[in-house]
Amino acid sequence: MKVGVLFSGGKDSCYASFLAKKAGYDICCLISIVSENPDSFMFHTPSITCVEKQAEAMDIPLVLVKTIGKREEELYDLEKAIKLAIKKYKIKGIVTGAVESVYQSSRIQKICNKLGIECFNPLWQKNQEQLIKELIKNRFDIVITGVFAYPFDVSWILRKIDKNFINEIGKLNEQYKIAVAGEGGEFESLVLNCPLFKRKLKVVGFKISGSGNAFRSEVRLK
Amino acid sequence: MKENLLIVNICKEKLHYLEFVKPICDILDNNRIRYFVRDYIKVSKDDLKKASRIIICGTSLFDNYFIKNLRYFNWIMDFDKPILGICGGMHIIGSLFGGKIRRCTEIGFHTEYFSKEFLGLKEKCEVYHLHNNFIDFSKLNDFEVYCGGEVNSHPDLVNSEEKISKSKCSQAIKHREENIYGMLFHPEVRNKEIIRNFCLK
Repeated sequence: MKVGVLFSGGKDSCYASFLAKKAGYDICCLISIVSENPDSFMFHTPSITCVEKQAEAMDIPLVLVKTIGKREEELYDLEKAIKLAIKKYKIKGIVTGAVESVYQSSRIQKICNKLGIECFNPLWQKNQEQLIKELIKNRFDIVITGVFAYPFDVSWILRKIDKNFINEIGKLNEQYKIAVAGEGGEFESLVLNCPLFKRKLKVVGFKISGSGNAFRSEVRLK
Repeated sequence: MKENLLIVNICKEKLHYLEFVKPICDILDNNRIRYFVRDYIKVSKDDLKKASRIIICGTSLFDNYFIKNLRYFNWIMDFDKPILGICGGMHIIGSLFGGKIRRCTEIGFHTEYFSKEFLGLKEKCEVYHLHNNFIDFSKLNDFEVYCGGEVNSHPDLVNSEEKISKSKCSQAIKHREENIYGMLFHPEVRNKEIIRNFCLK
């Protein structure tokens, strides 16, 4: 089946793409929404413009739609992007990296239902520790691009997700209930390499903004 | 008899397994309940003999292929151990007992009212819906409806100002004599304890 992936460039949408490909689905395009609202409820925002380089590295066409990011109104822009993908790439289904968020998932399900296409959520309800371990096992090269909860600080920005990360995030989970895979919006990530990439991406510049326990980075890739 | 639950997969699309079957497997793993999984067209007599109880999982909004293959589920009518049908699994149970599939789309969290305790759920509970279809079990004499449909027409609920779903769909049902349960909502997303409670029946 021809599918499009709702792609943020983070670990979950990349891993969902990997699982779809592994199961034999034909990923015809990546669909990304660039929100002007950094606090969007619906879309991942830190370093979102990196999706262009990631799509190049995967050699998969990208459908990019901008939104001003007003709550609920941004869904029209998402629907517009999916319609574009259906028209241009004849996709019959959407793949998402949704794990826990019923807010995001139910809205995407409603759009797909309206447009008459399948909605696939291969990470749905997945144990978060298991998810992180599988990413490492499958050689996903991931860095943190945003942190949004106590006790994170700026030192976590651009930190690699590896075995040390798992140990530390496990302790934060015990002490502060930080979700191990960031499903509560505690952090956002960016994939620099994975089995779907034809070449590895490199961070060549970044700009960090924020204060206290909330920082985000805008990364430049090569 | 040692617990050995059979999970029946009705998903036509391979990728849906991870969304509708794997989360049920995870709940059973977390509760240390032994199970095995079969695609519905491959369920054998030996599987049915081995199974201590059965869960028929749901599938996606557009995946209704299983309903054209009801003959693969005729074993339900003779199986004498507990069966739980989730969403599409509930459609299969209702269809075999003579129910007709009707259209009703509900997606997301809804607060439903349970007239009687149902596998641990009672009174008001938030459940996760993902369906385009339902079967009106109030028309099937063999079944009792615990939630949704006719339950919601009770005057106390109709006049209630609380945010309770007025869903016309039968949401939770049980066979009056057999241990056959059905639920339209998805316990793998919210109310995971239902799966464990079913395993105690």
